[in-house]
Amino acid sequence: MSILGTRVVRTEDPVFLTRGATYTDDLTDERLTGALHLTLVRSPVAHATIASIDTSEALAAPGVVAVVTGADLDIDPALLFPGANKAMTRPFLASERVRFVGEPVAAVLSEELYQGEDAADLVDVDYDPLPVVIDPLASANDETLLFPEAGTNTAAAYNHDEEPDAGFFDGCEVVVTRDLVNQRLAAAPLETRAASAFWEGDRVTLYISNQNAQGGRDEIAGWLGLDKDKVHVILPDVGGGFGAKIGSDPEFGLVAWLSRRQGRPVRWNESRSENMTGMVQGRAQRQTVTIGGTREGKVTHYRLDVVQDAGAYPRLGTFLPMFTRMMAPGTYDIENVDSRARVVVTNTTSIAAYRGAGRPEATAAIERAMDLFAAEIGKDPAEVRKLNVVSPDKFPFTTKGGVEYDSGEYAKAIDLALSESGYAELRAEQKARRERGDVRQMGIGVSSYVEITGGGAFAEDASVEVHADGSVTVLTGTSPHGQGHATAWAMLASEHLGIGLDKITVKHGDTDLIPSGGGTMGSRSLQTGGIAVHQAAGELVDLAKQRAADLLEASVDDLEVDTDNASITVRGVPGSKSVTFADLAAAEQLKVDTTWDGKKPTFPFGAHVCVVEVDTESGKVTVEKIIAVDDAGPILNPLLCEGQRHGGIAQGIAQALLEEVVYDEEGQPLTGTFADYGIPSAAELPSFDLVEMTTPTPINPMGYKGIGEAGTIGSTPATQSAVIDALSHLGIRHIDMPLTPLRVWEAINAASEASS
Amino acid sequence: MIPLAFDYARPDTLDDAIALLAEKGEDATVLAGGHSLIPVMKVRLGAPEFVIDIGRLAELDYIRVEGDEVAIGAGTKHRDLVTSEVLGAEVPLVPAVARTVGDPQVRARGTLGGSLAHGDPASDLPAAVLALDGSIVLRGPRGSRTVGIADFYTGVFSSVKEPDELVVEIRLPRKGDAGWAYEKFTRRSNDWAIVAVAVCDGKVGLVNMGSTALRATATEEALTAGKSIAEAAALADEGTEPPADTSGTPAYRRALVKVLTRRALETAAG
Amino acid sequence: MKVQISVNGEDTSADVEPRLLLAHYLREQVGLKATNIGCDTTSCGACTVLLDGEAVKSCTLLAVQAEGQSVTTMEGLEGASDGTPTHPVTAAFHAEHGLQCGFCTPGMVMSAVSLISHDDDLDERKVREGLEGNLCRCTGYHNIVRAVLVAAGKDPDAEQKAEAESDALRTAPGFSRGESAEEAQA
Repeated sequence: MSILGTRVVRTEDPVFLTRGATYTDDLTDERLTGALHLTLVRSPVAHATIASIDTSEALAAPGVVAVVTGADLDIDPALLFPGANKAMTRPFLASERVRFVGEPVAAVLSEELYQGEDAADLVDVDYDPLPVVIDPLASANDETLLFPEAGTNTAAAYNHDEEPDAGFFDGCEVVVTRDLVNQRLAAAPLETRAASAFWEGDRVTLYISNQNAQGGRDEIAGWLGLDKDKVHVILPDVGGGFGAKIGSDPEFGLVAWLSRRQGRPVRWNESRSENMTGMVQGRAQRQTVTIGGTREGKVTHYRLDVVQDAGAYPRLGTFLPMFTRMMAPGTYDIENVDSRARVVVTNTTSIAAYRGAGRPEATAAIERAMDLFAAEIGKDPAEVRKLNVVSPDKFPFTTKGGVEYDSGEYAKAIDLALSESGYAELRAEQKARRERGDVRQMGIGVSSYVEITGGGAFAEDASVEVHADGSVTVLTGTSPHGQGHATAWAMLASEHLGIGLDKITVKHGDTDLIPSGGGTMGSRSLQTGGIAVHQAAGELVDLAKQRAADLLEASVDDLEVDTDNASITVRGVPGSKSVTFADLAAAEQLKVDTTWDGKKPTFPFGAHVCVVEVDTESGKVTVEKIIAVDDAGPILNPLLCEGQRHGGIAQGIAQALLEEVVYDEEGQPLTGTFADYGIPSAAELPSFDLVEMTTPTPINPMGYKGIGEAGTIGSTPATQSAVIDALSHLGIRHIDMPLTPLRVWEAINAASEASS
Repeated sequence: MIPLAFDYARPDTLDDAIALLAEKGEDATVLAGGHSLIPVMKVRLGAPEFVIDIGRLAELDYIRVEGDEVAIGAGTKHRDLVTSEVLGAEVPLVPAVARTVGDPQVRARGTLGGSLAHGDPASDLPAAVLALDGSIVLRGPRGSRTVGIADFYTGVFSSVKEPDELVVEIRLPRKGDAGWAYEKFTRRSNDWAIVAVAVCDGKVGLVNMGSTALRATATEEALTAGKSIAEAAALADEGTEPPADTSGTPAYRRALVKVLTRRALETAAG
Repeated sequence: MKVQISVNGEDTSADVEPRLLLAHYLREQVGLKATNIGCDTTSCGACTVLLDGEAVKSCTLLAVQAEGQSVTTMEGLEGASDGTPTHPVTAAFHAEHGLQCGFCTPGMVMSAVSLISHDDDLDERKVREGLEGNLCRCTGYHNIVRAVLVAAGKDPDAEQKAEAESDALRTAPGFSRGESAEEAQA
């Protein structure tokens, strides 16, 4: 029986559930013995020039070994996203100007952690305030420049050279337009950022909490002016990333530099309060959607304008609108699509990837537009969607967003979600509540989504080696931080070799062991790294057969794997001679290195239905039910796949209802702790109803697509739509996220004032 | 995030604690469960030089009926308020309110006296004690005194308690037969209340509607005058000065307090 | 000052600053690193341990407050010393895939142990409310809730089954069905 598709429990877990995982701050590597603790002094103001920094009192404090400022650095400020305006570089410690609350201005190195925190309070920085720009729309006016030498606040622009065609919507019977906010979110992995560094001669070893060791190595080497082989990056267990641990953080480079300067190991583990301003954040788009079509419900025109807030120093956020534009039309076959985007800097924390990274923003926009369009023509939003989705006979389908969707059955997914939800019953209940004038109204939201996975790096390396004792080592360039690759990749190897999971070790995240790799991001891992392992194990079987042919006196074509015995045997000859993989390995190293290149991304899709109850007196929203149809092709391990969907759905609901990073006009964060920032607990969420659907991709031999972000992409618009649907009888067509009780109450209040 | 350095003592008796507090004066802070104090010290908004830990004084850990009143030791933990059979029978509002404080871990450490002494206008128990018209027993070097809860608070985080006094006991009238309810409105289950309303026997205590816990006196008077619940509840925001934050504007809190007061009064009426 | 704390049944002691947090005592003085610190505001619960049997947040306790008391961390649960999660809670987290990145797990497990010890008739709603002091960013709590129900000897599918067999409007277990709707049905 095949192990693929079965609910194998994780091989990672016994350690995690007994002595606990080993995160960067838990390391006991003896080469870190005697490490100095780094405490960063961070700017308390959003925009200012630095008049002076006095470190003398801090330097005199107990246990303090050094206090370093920007003036001491010999590494140049770095451009953190290659496509951004070249003048928008970030110093490793600000010395002339600070551009956001939380920007590092000094580094305190102390023998003990507590001493460093005491001393950091004694560093005296004199700031001369500058005007603060928080609103990205205001930033676009270039009245206050963050980088005067750039001459603009625009970090990048896409399709922004020409004026939009004023006649684009001519001929449409119905046109609806709306400004939307896709709010700024904090990824908030439970493990904050951390790094530890030590030098051996001219070579540094860095432990970092990250999603890609090899990419991190390359960036850090570039910053420090080192050859790549002089930087060894190791990722220990990583406590969640959600996109925010893609790319190296400047602090990691600083840790390595400080360790070299002091000639001692250095450890850094930020606090949550630092993390909520220091770690990159996500989303942060202002959008304008305009949708046009016929009274019957056919959408023919769609325009999306995006202003992307990049934060103070452009990072991966600069790229997000490219994904957003690419996926702008969603699951719909729309003849005319027009989009443009502009990326601007503001005096806020930098924006980068957060679960979905540009695609949730695209889906939220088109799904809101579909709802607005349906409301305008008075038709059921689910029906309007089904009328407009790409039909199954059109795949592969090249969209007006300029990408080729590989496979999809979008209407079927909507139908499945509707039938599983009892849609007709729900609408009847909604009608009954409205007729009774219930305080608690019900809303039903439907979303249809398609997303792009493995959209960046299509290739991945893998190595599979069987050892003489029968154990197996798998090396992968993916970088799990909760996804369970140790289990999943072992399943793929085991399927070919017939060797049990207990004998298969999956290694990742060490640039000496695995020099190249794209890490784990963008839901790429299974369709790239997983397929590479599948291919490597298959190639290893081929190699074993070649070696076994002589021993077994048979032609290679007549050999097969006896998966009960982890051996090569002659097909159709019971009791014939056989040779185990272990024996072959004992004779000669039995190892395959391979590269899989899918050359293209895949496009998972699905439909979600969310049912909410809204207390119309208080504005409180309760999610009663969410039904998720998520189709990522065949499933390698349903247990792991469901886990990804659950987590994604929770984060998606959280964006719709609870979470938002908020700044005041002075650029002070108002949501800088977990007490203020609205991450849901178990008590705010229901259990989730998952519905299976399987449409393979032709892009790889297993038909696998990515699943890591699907839940987030589908659930946010379904939830937002459900709340608005509950209030549609009051004339409410839109409320921006997050739909907090305050926001919902204000919308109801405004609607009732308007009607009276 | 760790506190600034301080000295620490855990006296064995209440008398020793009071003597030590008198000796150390304003440099000292009293630590009971620590779930208000330690978070403040970690973010360095508070930096006492001396911490006097009264968290293990058995003398402050009791719940008993005394005549017409229930007496609760200030050191009684929220969890013990929740599970107390005496309170369930005599002042059922208190376990119901205590159950909504923080989360299970917070309730395992936080104390009734600590919550009342801290006096956060967004915390639950001051408003409950207000709705019950309870009183607070203070003890210091000059002896004990009892202050009605209505006279206790003077502003945000401030009360008539002198720096050398300890909250040692909370006295509540026995209200086992009275109608009661607690309506707490939060964004997330363990968040501080955006607004909450405690009702017992026609008295109404409000959470997070001003610089201290408040009584909705206009509502109470309207009820006494025979107005309907709906009419009385519509007056619940009179005399309040609700704060503004990311969870709520003053206008929202004013609207919310009326809704919650009406619901609480309806529940209390049975 | 000197503290003595029993940790997972072993006597430990150290000379510490009064300000040392219990979480740091466990991690740095005792060397038990399972207990994690995820926030500064007593919000996330990753640092949850049992103190004399009660779940507490060890980031909001001073080590000196625990003097003479006993602490249990995840490393002290059955099976932990030989790396096999055989305690009913850890076994259920394993079987139900109740963890992903693992950072919240030690605290979540200890909260679950405490929750089960206090209530022998848990249901989904009670589990969700009982875990309100522990944040998880990976699992959406779905499988954590299942794991705790399994560890408590309950059928995690019971409410879904009952709902499937019922003609009543299908809603998520334990959530308000709407007061007026209930009245209308009554």
